[in-house]
Amino acid sequence: MKKVSAVLRVSAYVGLALATVLFLAACGGGNTKAAQSNVIKIGVFEPMTGANAAGGAMEVEGIKLANQLNPTVTIGGKEYKVELVVADNKSDKVEAANAAQRLVDQEKVTVVLGSWGSSLSMAAGPIVKDAKVPAIGLSCTNPLVTKGNDYYFRVCFIDPFQGTVMANYAFSQTKAKKAVIIREVSNDYSVGLAKFFADSFKKLTGDDKAILAELNYNTGDQDFSAQLTEAKSLNPDVIFAPGNYTESALVVKQARELGIKTPFLGGDTWETPEFIDVGKASVEGTVFSTFFATEVPITETSKIFLDAYRKQYSKEPAAVTALGFDGYLVALDALKRAGTTDGAKLRDAIAATKDFPGAAGMITLDANGDASKSAVIKTVKDGKFTYLTTVQPM
Amino acid sequence: MSSSLILQNLANSLSLGSLYALIAIGYTMVYGILRLINFAHGDIFMLGAYIAFYAVSMFLMPWYAGFVVAIGLTALFGILLERVAYRPLRDSPRISVMISAIGASFLIENLGIVIFGGRPKGFPVPDLFGTVVHLGSVSIVSVSLFIPVFTFAILAVLLWIVNHTKTGMAMRATSTDLDAARIMGIDVNRVVSFTFGVGSLLAALGGIMWTLKYPQLNPLMGIMPGLKCFIAAVIGGIGNIMGAVLGGFLLGFIEIMIVAFLPDLSGYRDAFAFVLLIVVLLVKPSGLLGKHQAEKV
Repeated sequence: MKKVSAVLRVSAYVGLALATVLFLAACGGGNTKAAQSNVIKIGVFEPMTGANAAGGAMEVEGIKLANQLNPTVTIGGKEYKVELVVADNKSDKVEAANAAQRLVDQEKVTVVLGSWGSSLSMAAGPIVKDAKVPAIGLSCTNPLVTKGNDYYFRVCFIDPFQGTVMANYAFSQTKAKKAVIIREVSNDYSVGLAKFFADSFKKLTGDDKAILAELNYNTGDQDFSAQLTEAKSLNPDVIFAPGNYTESALVVKQARELGIKTPFLGGDTWETPEFIDVGKASVEGTVFSTFFATEVPITETSKIFLDAYRKQYSKEPAAVTALGFDGYLVALDALKRAGTTDGAKLRDAIAATKDFPGAAGMITLDANGDASKSAVIKTVKDGKFTYLTTVQPM
Repeated sequence: MSSSLILQNLANSLSLGSLYALIAIGYTMVYGILRLINFAHGDIFMLGAYIAFYAVSMFLMPWYAGFVVAIGLTALFGILLERVAYRPLRDSPRISVMISAIGASFLIENLGIVIFGGRPKGFPVPDLFGTVVHLGSVSIVSVSLFIPVFTFAILAVLLWIVNHTKTGMAMRATSTDLDAARIMGIDVNRVVSFTFGVGSLLAALGGIMWTLKYPQLNPLMGIMPGLKCFIAAVIGGIGNIMGAVLGGFLLGFIEIMIVAFLPDLSGYRDAFAFVLLIVVLLVKPSGLLGKHQAEKV
């Protein structure tokens, strides 16, 4: 190799060092810029890739729509522009912690919205609590998301309620006496909701052995033939499978392929276009609980939301999109009431949210930071999600 | 456990096992020739599935044309991958090529996320493959009947190529000693490209069969099957094509039976596959059908 002259080498090193310093300065400078100008950052903490990608994308749709309709907020007499910062938690609990850390440390967001997937919200919980940045969950229903965490709130109901909704449906509508539960054992939401369903179902039937079996699978599994073969042999009246849409569509499909004709019940994570896209004919007639039905707009905000969404996307929105919309509005409302972006005061303002008209219903946050909302039961009919009935909160 | 239950579980194991076997063959072939564990094999599998999906749903090809196009394009991609990521490192220590393979794997996965999108897509399964067949009390999807047929047909064809053709002889020579083969006048680059082409062809076929059985595509769908088929290939004896088939069936059988007989442990299903890998490496590292190859000085 030709010997490079010493002068040339030294200049190359100096040049590289200069370039690095300039680059770092530009990066570092960017953060202080936002604090000085009239911009408020709202962190969007959602899974944009991975198993929960569809859920995350739908919530982000709602948040972005709300941001389009309400791009500014007036805090303490001064008008701020609201900027959304999206951090992808990749449907992974470890990445979730990293993404949340990035939002509060580097991006310095004022409030965090998200995530779809209770496990991911729970992973971010300690981080937002330490950083004193309030977070508003949109559709994460596991009670542990807000329990013991003053800085996490949510605009949806929680699973102790959702479990009873489906247990009641199974008992009174499907007239089931024996059930089998198929749950995603690595997903806090699935395990929690399965437990609440089991407790409620046992109470309704008065039979301690009403749950014939609890069969497990892992996130990412694609073959459920062994679990379903077992379920088939037990011959239950109903199967409750509260897992993510990714696996659930395959579970139902393989069940039908094995000749299982038992009705399948699920939870709010089923309501994604992918569930029908992957499940196709096999998911016809499945029933699940969720947050909102476009057939039943509840408040004035519902109409505003539906009009804006239909105009932009020319299709019907999912329930979690309405919740995303609401989360953003609640955040802005709390900022207005707090009159400051200070974390602790903003937290108190959010906690005081009462009778706030959201697209998915009236929002009043209780002492835990949870909303008491009615649930909606939907089914898959002719390849579309169809509204069945509403269930009022207990 | 009732006999119909056992039969159904056996049918499930054969169905899953033959799928693993099909993919493991490609893995083992590449290792046999290049001593390279192609970590990107699972991602080539994913590409085959996606190209088939786009061929059928975007370009509206009939499924047989779409599948052939997907397999052909993926085979070409495999050859390109070898040319770009592995050939320049042919004379480097083996660990460099392995790292390159890991890098290629991540690259393909993330390109997939960017190009195809992170949300899963449903594959339009043709009726020929999606019909449920009832054999007595056992229910099985028709694609599960095709897979073992393909696997054994390919096994037969490959064994014939490797043992009875000149190309096969060149492959065996290259596998024994690459430099000696080069000295003897064998065009090693051609042999390696051919191997990669065939390996990627098998990965694509495996990907399409997998999607027909589990019709949900996502850019990371190749990771777990890739790892499991690597385990299958190691169990059977890496480098040995028959071993890969045996390993695939064995792994499928163990996975299904563990969940069937120990339903409380079904959450540990994947863990068992990896535990099995560790046990095999500790007890018989050359695998069931492998021969312990002494390092030649």
